[in-house]
Amino acid sequence: MSQENTKDSGTAEQKPVFSQGGVPTTGHSWDGDIRELTNPLPRWWVWAFYITAIFTVVYWLFYPAWPVGNTYTKGVPGLNSITYTATQVDGTEVEKTTHWNMRSKFMVEMNELHAAQKQWFDKVAATPYEQIAQDAELMQFVTSAGKTLFSDNCAPCHQAGGQGVIGFAPNLTDDHWQYGGAYEQIEATIVHGRRGYMPPFKEIISDEEIGQLANYVLNLSGEPHDAGSASSGAKLFQTNTAGCYACHGADAKGIEGIGSANLTDKIWLWANIPEMSTPEEKLKAVKTIISGGLNRGVMPPWEDRLKPDQIKLLTVYVHQGLGGGK
Amino acid sequence: MEVSSAKPALKHIPIVTRSVKGKFRNFKTAIMLLAYSVYFLLPWMPWSRNSAADQAVMFDLDTRRFFIFDLIVYPQDIFWLAMLLFIAAALLFFTTGLIGRAWCGYFCFQTLWSDLFIWIEHRIQGERPARLRLKNQPWNAEKLLKVGSSHALMILISFWTAVTFAAYFSYAPEFVVRLFSGEAAQAGYITVVVLTITTYLAAGVIREHVCTMGCPYARFQGVMYEPDTLAVSYDARRGEGTAGRMIPKAGLKTREERQAKGHGDCIDCGFCVQVCPTGIDIRDGLQYQCISCGLCIDACNNIMDSVGYPRDLIRYDSERNLSSEHPSRPHLEWKRLKVWGYALALIVATAFLFYNIGTRSDTEVTVQQTRQPLFVTLSDGSFRNRYQIHIVNKTEHEEIYELTVRGIPAESLNIGDIPQIRVRAGKSLTIGARIDLPREIAIATQSFDFVIQPASPEAEPLVVQTNFNSKR
Repeated sequence: MSQENTKDSGTAEQKPVFSQGGVPTTGHSWDGDIRELTNPLPRWWVWAFYITAIFTVVYWLFYPAWPVGNTYTKGVPGLNSITYTATQVDGTEVEKTTHWNMRSKFMVEMNELHAAQKQWFDKVAATPYEQIAQDAELMQFVTSAGKTLFSDNCAPCHQAGGQGVIGFAPNLTDDHWQYGGAYEQIEATIVHGRRGYMPPFKEIISDEEIGQLANYVLNLSGEPHDAGSASSGAKLFQTNTAGCYACHGADAKGIEGIGSANLTDKIWLWANIPEMSTPEEKLKAVKTIISGGLNRGVMPPWEDRLKPDQIKLLTVYVHQGLGGGK
Repeated sequence: MEVSSAKPALKHIPIVTRSVKGKFRNFKTAIMLLAYSVYFLLPWMPWSRNSAADQAVMFDLDTRRFFIFDLIVYPQDIFWLAMLLFIAAALLFFTTGLIGRAWCGYFCFQTLWSDLFIWIEHRIQGERPARLRLKNQPWNAEKLLKVGSSHALMILISFWTAVTFAAYFSYAPEFVVRLFSGEAAQAGYITVVVLTITTYLAAGVIREHVCTMGCPYARFQGVMYEPDTLAVSYDARRGEGTAGRMIPKAGLKTREERQAKGHGDCIDCGFCVQVCPTGIDIRDGLQYQCISCGLCIDACNNIMDSVGYPRDLIRYDSERNLSSEHPSRPHLEWKRLKVWGYALALIVATAFLFYNIGTRSDTEVTVQQTRQPLFVTLSDGSFRNRYQIHIVNKTEHEEIYELTVRGIPAESLNIGDIPQIRVRAGKSLTIGARIDLPREIAIATQSFDFVIQPASPEAEPLVVQTNFNSKR
C-alpha cells in the first residue's frame, strides 16, 4: 500500500534518502541530525478530509454561512426556506417565510406545540365550568396546564402550591374565600383584581377599646383572651362608634362582596395568630391591625395579561385543582 | 484449553468459502429458514386488539406499550427486560459450557446474514475457484455484472431487513406504505438507512471480522469452555499418525498402507480450511476465531466417505476425551458443577419471570401526596391533605374504579365533581383527591389506606398505604 509505493519513489533520488525504512525525508535537517520523513497521510484521514470539504459545500447550500459586509449568505432560496406564523406586537398574526435559522425553527416548533395544546384550550373554553369539573380527562389537562400557568403568573404572591403567605397573599387551598369561592367569583377576581382595605381605628376609638375588640376577635376564633374585656368588645363591635359590624357583619363572619374577613373561623390572613406562643403576643398582633388598619391586600387585574381561555383554565385550576373551591 | 499460535493477522487474506453438503449444513439451513420466517413474517401477523393496531407483535414507542400477542408490556415492566437479558446470558453460558459456541455457529444474526450473503455470492459468482478467479481478474463487464449484482442483492436484502425491523415499531402495513410515499416519521427513515448500511457492511463486507475483532461474546465465551465441553475438534492422533498428514499418492492410498508408514488419516485436501467462514485451519487446534459452525465436519466427512475411511476425523468432541489414553465415543458430559450452576440460574430466572408476568396486576396505582402545602387548616379547624392518584389500566377494556379509604371515616374522601373514575383501555388517569379530617382524628392519624377496586368481576382491590400530615 502507501508504504510500499514510496520504496522506489522517483523523488528519492533527487532528495537525500536517510535510511529510515526507505522513506524519503524532506531534505532538511535540524540540529544536525533531526530529519523529517515524508510519509504520506493515512488514506482514511485523507478521505475524511475530502468528505468534510464536500460537506462544507453542501452546508453552504442549506444554512447561513459566510459573512458578507453587514449581512451573510443565507443558502440557496427554496432549498432551505422555513415558514412559520408569528404574532406581531399589535396582536395580529402573519405568516413569515425565511431562510433556515434556529429562531424560525424554534417558532415552528412552538407553533406546533401551541396547536397541540389549542384543542384542549378550545375544549376548556367551550365547556361550562361544572362540566369541566366532571370530565376527568379534561381535568387532567387543566391540572397540568394550570400548574404551569399558576407557577408563571400567580405563584410569586400565592406561592407555588397556592398556599399563600399570611400577612400578604391569601391561601387558595383552604375553604375560606374573601371574595367568594364559586367559579364566577374566582373568575371575576382574576379578571379585575382585588383591593382589600380596612381603615385604621387608632384615631376613632381609644387604646383600651381597641384592646377590648382584640380580645373579642381572639374569643371568636377560640384563642386565649380576657373574657371581661371580650364581652365589652362584643358590644363595641356592634356600635356605630367602632362600626365593625358594617364590614364584618353582625355575626362577624365577613361579607363576600367587599372581601371582609370571617373573624370566627380558624383561618388567619393577616397575622399568624395560631403560630404565636404567648397570649400577649397574639393580643398585640390583633391590636396592631385594628389600630393601624390594612391597605395591603392588592391583587392586580389579569384581563390584559392573560387570554380569556387561560383565565378560565386558571379559574378551574384554583377551584378544583387546588381544591379550595365552593 | 490450547490455543494455537496463529500467525500475526496483519495481512488480511480475503476468505472465499467453498460450499459444502452435510448434516451440519442442513441444520444451519433449517435454522436460517426458521429464523428468517419468524423475523420477516412476524410483523405482518394480525392480532385482534381493542386499544391499538391489530398487530401480533408491536413495540409501540408512541404510546409506550409493547404488544407481544396477548401480553402488553408497560414501561413499569422494564424489569422484565432485565430478567430476559439475564435469561439470555444464562442460556448462552449453559449452552457454551455444554457444547461450545453453538450460538455463534448456528443462531447469531451475524452468522445467519453472512451465510445468506455468501450463498448469494455462490449462486451468482459460482463456486470457490470461480469466485477466486473473478476476484483476481481485472475489472471488466463480467466482473462488474456479477460482483455488482450480488452486492445489489445484498443491499436489497439489507434494506428489507431494516424495513422489517422498523415495522416492529409501528403498524407494519401502514408503515411500509408511508415509508415509500415519504410520509413516515423521521426516526423510521433514520432506522432504515442506518440498519441497511450496517447490515450490508457487517454481513456483506466486514463478515468474519465482526466475530474476530468486534464481538465481545466471541471473546468471553472462551472462559466457559472446560476440558469436558464438546467442541469442533480435529482428531490429531488419528489424522496425523506418527509421521504426519500426507496427500494420497502411490503407495499411500489405502489406510493399511498409510498406517504402515506412520501416516494418519488426514489426506491434507484442505477442504476443511476452504469451507471455513472464518478462514482458520481446524487442524491447528481450538482457536478463538472458530465459531463452531460444523462446516469443516461436513467437509471432512464427505472426503472420508469418498476415500472410504471412517467418518468423524473432525467431530464434536471434548478436549479431555481427545487427549485420554482410551478415548470413548464423544458424548455430552453434563454432570459438571458449572453446567448445573448455569442450569439452576436459568431455571430460577425463567420461573421468576413467568411468575412475575403471570401475577402482574391489571391495575397500577401510585399515590403522590401534594407537598405544597403539606396540609391545609380549614375554617372549622380541621385538616386537609391532598393527593394525586395515578391509575394505569393495563387491561384491553375500559375500566371503572371505585376509590375508597380505609382507617379513616369514609366521608372524609372527596374527589371533586368527577362522577366516576373511568379509565380507557391501556390508558392512565390522574385524579386529585382530598382528605378532610377533624382536628382530633387528624392528630391521631399518621397513615391510612386508599383502596382502589376495579369494577370488573373477580378483580382484586389495590391497597395503597398513604401518610396523613397535620399539625401535631
